[in-house]
Amino acid sequence: MAVSSVGSSTAGEQTRRSSRPSLWSRLRRNTLAVIGLVIVVVIVAIAVAAPILPLQDPNLTEPANRLIRPFSEGHLLGTDQLGRDILSRLVWGARVSLAVGIAATLIAAIIGSTIGLIAAFFGKLVDQVLMRGIDMLMAFPYLLLALAIVAALGPGLLNALLAIAVVNIPFFARSVRGTTLNLVQREFVEAARISGQSDRKIILSEILPNVLPVIIITMSTTVGWMILETAGLSFLGLGAQPPQADLGSMLGDGRNLIINAPHVSVVPGVLILVLVIGINLLGDGLRDALDPRLASGALTRPVACTDVARAEAGPADRTDALLTITNLHTQFHVGDQIYRAVNGVDFSVARGDSLGIVGESGSGKSVTAMSILGLVPTPPGKITEGRIDFDGRDLLDLSLHDLQDIRGSRIAYIFQDPLTTLNPLMRSGEQIAESLKRHQGLSARDARRRAVELLDEVGLPDPPAKALAYPHELSGGQRQRVVIAMALANEPDLIIADEPTTALDVTTQARVLELLNELRRKTGAALIFITHDLGVVQELCERVLVMYAGRIVEQGPVSEVFGRPRHPYTERLIACVPVLGQPDRAVDAIPGLPPPVNRLPDGCAFAPRCSLAIDACRQGEIELRIVDQHHAARCIRADEVGHG
Amino acid sequence: MLAYILKRLVLTIPVLFGISIIVFLVISLIPGDPATAILGAYATPENVEKLNRELGLDQPLPVQYVSWLTGVLQGDLGTSYSLNRPVVDEVFERFGPTIILAGTALGLCAIFGLAAGVASAIRQYGWTDKIITVVVLVGISTPSFFLGIMLILWFSVRRGWFPTGGMYPLFGTGSIWELLYHLTLPALALAVVATGVVARLTRSNMLEVLRQDYVRTARAKGMREPAVIGRHAFLNALVNIIPIIGIQAGFVLGGAVYIESVFQWPGIGRMLVQAISTRDILLVQGGVLVVAASFVLINLATDVLQVMLDPRLRRT
Repeated sequence: MAVSSVGSSTAGEQTRRSSRPSLWSRLRRNTLAVIGLVIVVVIVAIAVAAPILPLQDPNLTEPANRLIRPFSEGHLLGTDQLGRDILSRLVWGARVSLAVGIAATLIAAIIGSTIGLIAAFFGKLVDQVLMRGIDMLMAFPYLLLALAIVAALGPGLLNALLAIAVVNIPFFARSVRGTTLNLVQREFVEAARISGQSDRKIILSEILPNVLPVIIITMSTTVGWMILETAGLSFLGLGAQPPQADLGSMLGDGRNLIINAPHVSVVPGVLILVLVIGINLLGDGLRDALDPRLASGALTRPVACTDVARAEAGPADRTDALLTITNLHTQFHVGDQIYRAVNGVDFSVARGDSLGIVGESGSGKSVTAMSILGLVPTPPGKITEGRIDFDGRDLLDLSLHDLQDIRGSRIAYIFQDPLTTLNPLMRSGEQIAESLKRHQGLSARDARRRAVELLDEVGLPDPPAKALAYPHELSGGQRQRVVIAMALANEPDLIIADEPTTALDVTTQARVLELLNELRRKTGAALIFITHDLGVVQELCERVLVMYAGRIVEQGPVSEVFGRPRHPYTERLIACVPVLGQPDRAVDAIPGLPPPVNRLPDGCAFAPRCSLAIDACRQGEIELRIVDQHHAARCIRADEVGHG
Repeated sequence: MLAYILKRLVLTIPVLFGISIIVFLVISLIPGDPATAILGAYATPENVEKLNRELGLDQPLPVQYVSWLTGVLQGDLGTSYSLNRPVVDEVFERFGPTIILAGTALGLCAIFGLAAGVASAIRQYGWTDKIITVVVLVGISTPSFFLGIMLILWFSVRRGWFPTGGMYPLFGTGSIWELLYHLTLPALALAVVATGVVARLTRSNMLEVLRQDYVRTARAKGMREPAVIGRHAFLNALVNIIPIIGIQAGFVLGGAVYIESVFQWPGIGRMLVQAISTRDILLVQGGVLVVAASFVLINLATDVLQVMLDPRLRRT
């Protein structure tokens, strides 16, 4: 699809230019991660420095000074039920909690990663046995297994640590195994094997460095829980035993005093909360920085309708055409880059007309078509200029509500891949019926009956059964027939078909096209057919537009444009088509690539690839000019095309 | 569909066996002589000898396991030494309250987690999204035992809106209203973390699904946004979220241990903590076994639910 190729053609260059920023600089740009880092660093620093800080003895009891409130003189955070200084106990407790949490994480990481590495590297029976064991551990509610272990070993901080480490092993084993499985099939591992390196050496020097990011991500996402859970066990009295105290046991000791002295439990509780928030913020940041695919912010979802941000609509082109597009500009704003996917397009379609739009991927043909009903994804898409008049109304001016009444009813789309365009969870008949109910107000029963009729009209065998089938139960050709039935359901005035047969095999393609053409003629709907297949246009369409870098470079009746192209690009496109029965015909691809639409050159966008280009081609604005009655080309040397 | 459920049911049998093995092996983790550990240092040699015979501890491990499992399958989980009653009776008496508490929390986390996640996704980058994201982050990081104490402090001690603990009033009528009154705070405290996790993953799944071609198709058909979001996007996202809710069941069942202790809820979690303090290993074994088995069944249920929703998974 055009949108993705617009993005990807330049994304590659950008990454090369900035040459993959370091982990630190990526992390630094993430404000939340920096906050997390600061919290963690401050708490860890204080905990580490506990012995040299001017703190009172955390275990010194002063019964006379019991339960002093916070912010009292001499005891900043007050004292507990035995008159011990809470600030001092907090710092020493945090030290214990951190040490225990980190130790448990390291143990779980080492054992779990080893299991994952071995399982994936040796595969087969080893993998089976190890991973079934891991599955067994996962079958337990996390904390209960830890409790069972503590029950057997007896309460105590060390036992709690071990128990929490054991129940976290599966998380490491699973993620490391998954990554390693991908690695062992790669060439460099194969090369190391062939060169006779020992298994141990391959695992340690070839594989381990590559799984390290996964291990670090898993550590950063589990260390917070492990601190929480060990604190929890201490809270229940199953972890740290007096006189030793961690944050959990402080909270546990204080909970009976909640009525008279809430600060005894609130203070350690808040510290646990803040510490874990810090760790989670940092963990999320690390994950996003190490594995950008997982970054939650990377996914943007398109809203219901493309943004229209145009200064003024411009005058309506008063014609009796069904659809008139005037000076359409559709752009993608990504960061500070502006991709001009559609850069000033004008054309019109009369009732019953059939228009083909051709061009390479990225030429803006799909974006043009999707702009009509506001289906260009926003963000990042935006219609910045122009108007789209349909049957006397400017579609860009309509409210979403009114636009939705036209979508699927007066204008229908047929998209490229019928597998992904159908909802996998809905029966095919239901997906057609839904549209009938929406636009014609049919009852559920009538809609279902009509859906079966439509499936019959598009030539599916046994329509009642096919109406009950889910998309995955149909073949590619059958699915596209369902999509066509869906498009025809409300007898639209205009059908926009966006490469409807590209995903199908050749024989199916021909039959689907034939069907589409036949039904269109029968209903009298106009057709906009987008494709890169010139042969199909020749068969299906009366007129054709050729698009390049977001603009129309040539337009006219199919016979004229293909018979005597007047733009060098069209000429080259035609030369690219292999002809059946002429195996010796030179099929030469057009050298070079289309210009990135965020950095369009001056003058003709095709000039860098054009053998006819002269200096005048590279400057100013080159008009689309009439070359013959209904035939226009955007080329100053149009008259020479095809002669030289 | 039925065939799938049956097949899936058969597949849970080895998992249940695996669980029974791990629970059984817990006893062999006990350092030193298990009988002494169970009965305490002051046990008479005769009692130690008797327990050893009862548990079959003088036999090799596999033999011990078979005889233990035979007992379990006949509903014999041994005798609790601290309570002096059959473990089975105690476990099942405590199981009901835990199911009520954990079930309510799971229901809350599903409802609020899904709602927050969907709201966050469809308002991506808006204020709703930002606020929900921050709340979720704090929620995920909250120690439930601390939250429980705070809820008691704010709503029970200071305002007296809710009781500080227990499941029914001492001299109450045992009505559902009394139960709900006592259930509110513990269920909330237990649900918070799971709600955060569900909300987070619902958001990212919704964002993923909203970019799919079939959502564009639904919009191209002219469907109104509520139908696009609800029928087309949400249901597809739900397919991936259901197993996550199943996993949360495990965290909620585990977290119930804290919450039951804080709110003196008479469930299996509190029983386990007491049993560990009194080193009543058989009671711990029985409790863990029953809760783990119920977790397996919950996962089975979520699998079935997922398959009911997604016809593609029915191909076996």
